[in-house]
Amino acid sequence: MNSALQLAGIRKSFDGALALDGASFESRSGEVHALLGENGAGKSSLMNVAAGLYAPDAGSISINGAPISLSGPASARSHGIGMVHQHFKLVRPFTVAENVLLANPQPHFASGLRDIRDAIKKQVDALKFSIDPDRRIDSMTVAEQQQAEIVKVLVGGARILILDEPTAVLTDAEAIGLLEIVQRLARSGTAVVLVTHKLQDVKRYADVVTIMRGGKTVATLDPRQSTAEELTELTVGQTSALPERTPHQGGPTRLNVGALTYTRADGRTMLNNTSFFVRAGEIYGIAGVSGNGQAELAEALIGAIEPSTGEIWVDGAGDISHAGPTKRREAAIAAIPADRYAYALAGSLPIQDNLAVAQIRSGRYGSIVRLDRTAMRRDAIAAVKDYDVQGVRSVKQKASLLSGGNAQKLVIAREFSREPDVVVAHSPSRGLDARACAAVHQRLIAARERGAAIVLISEDLDEILSLSDRIGVMTRGAIVAEFERPADRQAIGRAMVDHA
Amino acid sequence: MIDFLVNWLANAPVTAVPYALAALGLIIAERSGVLNLTAEGLMLVGALAGAGACLALGGYPAVALVAAMVAASAVSLLFAVLVVVLRINQVIAGLSVVFFCQGFTGLVGTLAKWQNKQLTGLAPLKIWPLSEIPGIGRILFQQDPIVYLTILIFFAVNFLLFRTMLGLRIRSVGENPGAADAAGVSVTLHRIFAIVAGSSLIGLAGGYISVVSVKLWVTGMTGGRGWIAVALVVFARWAPWPALAGALLFGCIEALIPQIAAAGIRVPQYLMLMTPYLATIAVMIWVGTKDSGITQEPGALGQPHVREERR
Repeated sequence: MNSALQLAGIRKSFDGALALDGASFESRSGEVHALLGENGAGKSSLMNVAAGLYAPDAGSISINGAPISLSGPASARSHGIGMVHQHFKLVRPFTVAENVLLANPQPHFASGLRDIRDAIKKQVDALKFSIDPDRRIDSMTVAEQQQAEIVKVLVGGARILILDEPTAVLTDAEAIGLLEIVQRLARSGTAVVLVTHKLQDVKRYADVVTIMRGGKTVATLDPRQSTAEELTELTVGQTSALPERTPHQGGPTRLNVGALTYTRADGRTMLNNTSFFVRAGEIYGIAGVSGNGQAELAEALIGAIEPSTGEIWVDGAGDISHAGPTKRREAAIAAIPADRYAYALAGSLPIQDNLAVAQIRSGRYGSIVRLDRTAMRRDAIAAVKDYDVQGVRSVKQKASLLSGGNAQKLVIAREFSREPDVVVAHSPSRGLDARACAAVHQRLIAARERGAAIVLISEDLDEILSLSDRIGVMTRGAIVAEFERPADRQAIGRAMVDHA
Repeated sequence: MIDFLVNWLANAPVTAVPYALAALGLIIAERSGVLNLTAEGLMLVGALAGAGACLALGGYPAVALVAAMVAASAVSLLFAVLVVVLRINQVIAGLSVVFFCQGFTGLVGTLAKWQNKQLTGLAPLKIWPLSEIPGIGRILFQQDPIVYLTILIFFAVNFLLFRTMLGLRIRSVGENPGAADAAGVSVTLHRIFAIVAGSSLIGLAGGYISVVSVKLWVTGMTGGRGWIAVALVVFARWAPWPALAGALLFGCIEALIPQIAAAGIRVPQYLMLMTPYLATIAVMIWVGTKDSGITQEPGALGQPHVREERR
């Protein structure tokens, strides 16, 4: 097998911070090549260089052994390099066909659109996808949008397919389906690069794995010849395990969700008599196939939407289902939303401001007319250190400059600064690497030990199983089954599918 | 009563054309994601250039209108560089350009002594025999050529935006510049093109006012029509045909003002002059209170595009 894509000695820095430090990478046709590493290790940056989005400061790129220079995404595509980004590059009000046409320009719009539609149908059939070329992106699920992205790249004739964290947004079943398709694609001669931080995916689907750490490529090896421990050690530098936990003592009920219903603007009922309770010192996990109302439940709990009927009762505060943010704050509810940038962080504001807003009513940073910046700065520096937020050059830098995992740590640092009684965490470790993930889990368990009631909504069943004291399975907007720890994975899986 | 109606409606297209062309020009720019507030200024530039060309050449109104388009496009290049290349805040850059144009056109018009000089104008185009139909003929088939051209321009722009590769690229740049960039579409070039091409229509709108409609150059003669065009774009939800309908509506309102005065009905003229704005506010309230929350506003309107920004 010959080398399809070769990157050598790639260096790239952003505002003086080195993101890639002499990274090298080689992928061959017919192979699934995994690029494994923590968040901020430089995986995405390296692949963005290959896709022509970032111009490297130094280093060389070759295709089929011939050195090339990329002037932009279009020139990368003309060399057969196609990338599916973690944040999809799709124009939402456009149809699938229009998006594909945009990326694969044809001389004439009308005839081009016809040809593109045929090409899409061919790819969709070959890959056993389910998307319709004439549907608008904003009416599709995340998994369907991902299919559209892959089709877009393949219609362009990509022979090197780069997938950036493709399974991060998918459920278990969707992820397996996708990875099997990807494997088939590789067998038919495509060079596939799988950027991921999931060891399981690497072990099961990759032929070769290259591991990145701190902007460098540290090792390239055969994942089948190496153990999970070896791979973890190479990615993290040191292995970390979940902390021991005390057995659960049944405290008084802290949070009671009673017969919650919510109907979306388009008429779909997303919450249908959702009921459960959480005791103090307990983690209640909510498992389910995505799109069964978990997102709406999380939004109702944190106050982003108002439920149509039902109650959210919190010990000491009463029903807060229609309460505003102030009352929720008084009830000591902490929110760790799935979309960190939409609900939890003001990306363009400094880190210290993002931390300080939690104390806006406590008077900790001065009164309404005076802002105690020294205290803000001191607390922010302490919080950044405490919660191990990486990539902070100054607490005055924009929050949006942090990578996903570190942004999440920042959110948790702020939410836990007030010692919450109730914690609502929605996919708290989505897109995080092993170490950041462990740190987040540690914080949740620490809050549990302190006596907080924690609702953990996640599509990652492993996360639910390892953390929860009790598990509720959510299907079509209702909790259809409950399990006590230690729960049987198969039984939960069956409950998720049976009621669907 | 019939006379009143015919007089009124026969004047409406002439008052509607500047709104229609200016709004269409803005739509092209805003579909590419550039919040464009420059219309009032660029219309003045077009009006001055048209009047100047007419006086300098001693006639040739068609040439004068082309001069108006070229002049407005040239000035819009300044705006394009400010917001697309230098990524200056689009509201501030737009307002600066308006104020600059207001001062600049006043200065040039006075220095060149183009103020209050009668221009030849354009003869109406009678579409015989339809033009002889009583009433309807005067309203629809005895207008100047630009009125008919405006309708053709609307067809052309609509086709360009929704039925060509160029239009697809312009819209993609306005909805999601990151995706457009990844697809190999130059955000910078398409935005500059959209601004300049749209501004030529805004210039034509201004030139039409001085050369065809009023047949004079007077300092500040656009009188806020550019701002109404900005509001019209919101009113039309960034779509050409609703913009034409809105322009006609506002044109009818504006044409009503002199008719009412001529008929001797006493209505405060300022009440009439504010009606277009009132209508705009009403539409914006309506859009804002709709349940769906779908605005049709280009997704990246007002946002400069920076490629190497990390999240």
